[in-house]
Amino acid sequence: MALLSVNGLKVDFTTRNGVTHAVDDVSFSVEKGEITAIIGESGSGKSVACYSLLGLLPMPPASIEGGSAEFEGRDLLRMSEAELRQVRGRDIAMIFQDPMTCLNPYMTIGNQLVEPLLCHRRISREEARQRAIELLDEVGLRDPQTTIDQYPHQFSGGMRQRVMIAMALINEPKLLIADEPTTALDVTIQAQILRLLADLQKRRDVGVIFISHDLAVVADIADSIVVMEQGRVVERGDRQAIFERAEHPYTRKLLAAIPGGSKAPSASTGEDLVQVRNLCTWFSQGKHHESVKAVDDVSFGIRRGEILGLVGESGSGKSTIGRSLLRLVPVTSGEVLFDGVDVTALEGKALKQMRRRMQMIFQDPYASLNPRMTVFDTLAEPLLLHGIESRKSVEQGVLKLMDDVGLARAFIRKYPHEFSGGQRQRIAIGRALATRPEFVIADEPVSALDVTIQAQILELMLALGQEYGLTMLFVSHDLAVVRHIADRIIVLYKGRIVEEGLAEQLFEHPKEDYTRQLLESIPGRQLL
Amino acid sequence: MNEPILAVGSVEQGTSLWKDAWIRLRRNRLALFGLVLLVSFVILALLTPWIAPYAYDDQNLDLGASPPSAAHWLGTDIFGRDLLTQILYGGRISLAVGFVATSVALLIGVTWGAVAGYVGGRVDAVMMRLVDILYALPFMIFIVLLMVVFGRNLLLLFLAIGAVEWLTMARIMRGQVQTLRQQEFVEAAISLGLSPVTIIWRHLVPNALGPIIVYTTLTIPSVMLLEAFLSFLGLGVQPPQTSWGLLISYGAETMEEYPWLLIFPGMALTLTLFALNFLGDGLRDALDVRGSTD
Repeated sequence: MALLSVNGLKVDFTTRNGVTHAVDDVSFSVEKGEITAIIGESGSGKSVACYSLLGLLPMPPASIEGGSAEFEGRDLLRMSEAELRQVRGRDIAMIFQDPMTCLNPYMTIGNQLVEPLLCHRRISREEARQRAIELLDEVGLRDPQTTIDQYPHQFSGGMRQRVMIAMALINEPKLLIADEPTTALDVTIQAQILRLLADLQKRRDVGVIFISHDLAVVADIADSIVVMEQGRVVERGDRQAIFERAEHPYTRKLLAAIPGGSKAPSASTGEDLVQVRNLCTWFSQGKHHESVKAVDDVSFGIRRGEILGLVGESGSGKSTIGRSLLRLVPVTSGEVLFDGVDVTALEGKALKQMRRRMQMIFQDPYASLNPRMTVFDTLAEPLLLHGIESRKSVEQGVLKLMDDVGLARAFIRKYPHEFSGGQRQRIAIGRALATRPEFVIADEPVSALDVTIQAQILELMLALGQEYGLTMLFVSHDLAVVRHIADRIIVLYKGRIVEEGLAEQLFEHPKEDYTRQLLESIPGRQLL
Repeated sequence: MNEPILAVGSVEQGTSLWKDAWIRLRRNRLALFGLVLLVSFVILALLTPWIAPYAYDDQNLDLGASPPSAAHWLGTDIFGRDLLTQILYGGRISLAVGFVATSVALLIGVTWGAVAGYVGGRVDAVMMRLVDILYALPFMIFIVLLMVVFGRNLLLLFLAIGAVEWLTMARIMRGQVQTLRQQEFVEAAISLGLSPVTIIWRHLVPNALGPIIVYTTLTIPSVMLLEAFLSFLGLGVQPPQTSWGLLISYGAETMEEYPWLLIFPGMALTLTLFALNFLGDGLRDALDVRGSTD
């Protein structure tokens, strides 16, 4: 018998604009000792379905309209709040997406770990602490005897996620719900966490629901896969069936969205548009500390018309390089030659002129647009500033940009919050292209987006790159994405260049161990 | 997710943040009521010399304090002066103090805070230490000094109060700007080549308006009361000129015998405060584009 079997679950959201069927007749089951993956884009109802099982949805606006969820012979949906509290944390535990916000910054991790133990079991504080230490050891935290008394900010993101996992496991739950547990993490860390989850699940024989927007992530670990679209289950099956014989067009679309292969080499001519020589960007930590060498003696060139991929984990200095080129952070030493002119020495008018020729697309489309400016204002600003359009013709210019980036003209007076993440990124791309730049730095432009949207935006960038004749620096932690878009790739580690080469070459024949390690971390790499 | 490309031509007509805010404000009954009330007070204050039933220094010592009657709608004070006239003339002073001093505070505070928060580093440290020093300075001494040096002057009084009230405004603004400055849209603005002044006024100030507006609506009444306090000490308006604050403080002295001397000026002030609060809340919501649109 299945550990959990959900039948005909229906969840509605009632808002001022009417009723939304967030989850509509969804059924799935989770077996003991198996990983069931629920896959779908944001808004597909995958998280809502799982949260409703544990009574974690705010009601109202949410309401459960029907269905049942049998867990060990009892229906979760018909339990009282008090009964549910007994189940939550003891029999069913959750791991959330963002390990940064899910731990209380004012409590040591030890105290946070023993809390659920003390709450659900008769156990002394000393015993609880002992259990916590064992568990931290099991999830791979080094030296748990001492780290147990540290605060969350003293851990890296990956380590925090391990702590979260330990916290979820401490009461030996029978079912674990993991909601995008690796989305906020680097590829290498993601690979470690995935391996850890798969390991723990086998060893402890628990059932796992793994929620993700990315099929590739679950390609190595899931036993069965449920694909959701707009509140409904469109396809289900075991892993092989989904990856090899997917039938539903939506599943195929998801599979196709996994970035794979590499593009045809672009028409880059020989000369370098950008030359970076011995670039150092150090951040001072006050007088008594050594500076953080975010970028340490990096030299490279970017040919005209080329897309250069810059790859590394967080802390590798990849974003700082991009920001240094645009003078958004002060450069410590070195030169950045743009078309023969040293950008680091420019001031005033000359700098403004140069900025017109180099633009940036930012990572987070939710933060990179001024929330109080309409699409028109956002796009008109650079056009007017650089005298590309006059006051009279600016509307035409804005509409042209919107056409180029694939935004409906009717949206011109809308504000950023009225758009989805992908549409916002289109606005941001339009803004960067408004000044008719020759060189664009894209700083993780798709990492905040769902895979299907990610694929659309990448296509758009490639097409616009051609149309506008752009040279591009594409910064990302995601190797699969970079391979898809870049001609050449530079691998960074701790502020230094580890390896540099043509995209295909680097993937097929990596020279350095670190590159190899990165390549092995790509989820579902056998799909590529 | 589908991103529909609609047909060309269906472009809505031009709006800006302020036009949108006005449209939203008009839909908020309470805020509109506040606005109408305030505007009518201002109009009354402007027209006072022509509509006041008596001259402001008309005394009638024989009459003395009398309750509301046909000749004196709101009664008279102990010198037999018409209370309605007094309230109308007092409103001129009080509203002027409230708006002028608050505008001064707003202008200095927002600019100061925005610059400090945006530039950061040493400039910020120096600018904010100056604010701290001014905070620590007993403001009574400051105003007494100003009065002694420049003589008693109504405009100077307005400016002096404003010059004291901007400190908190600057701190709020700086805090707001510091958080906003971290956001990528500011970096995007820098890399577009916008000047710092444009970035501050176009990108930072509009995003910080919410708390600023709320604090402004709190500042106006506190400024009015401050004026009353100063006048009471003999530093502000002097009889026969008057203000709501002064009327209230005199009214409070004779509250038991002549309650109308406290009630009517008090009502004038309270109504103004209500109107301000409704309008302030309405403005804050109206300026937040994330609120209900279209």
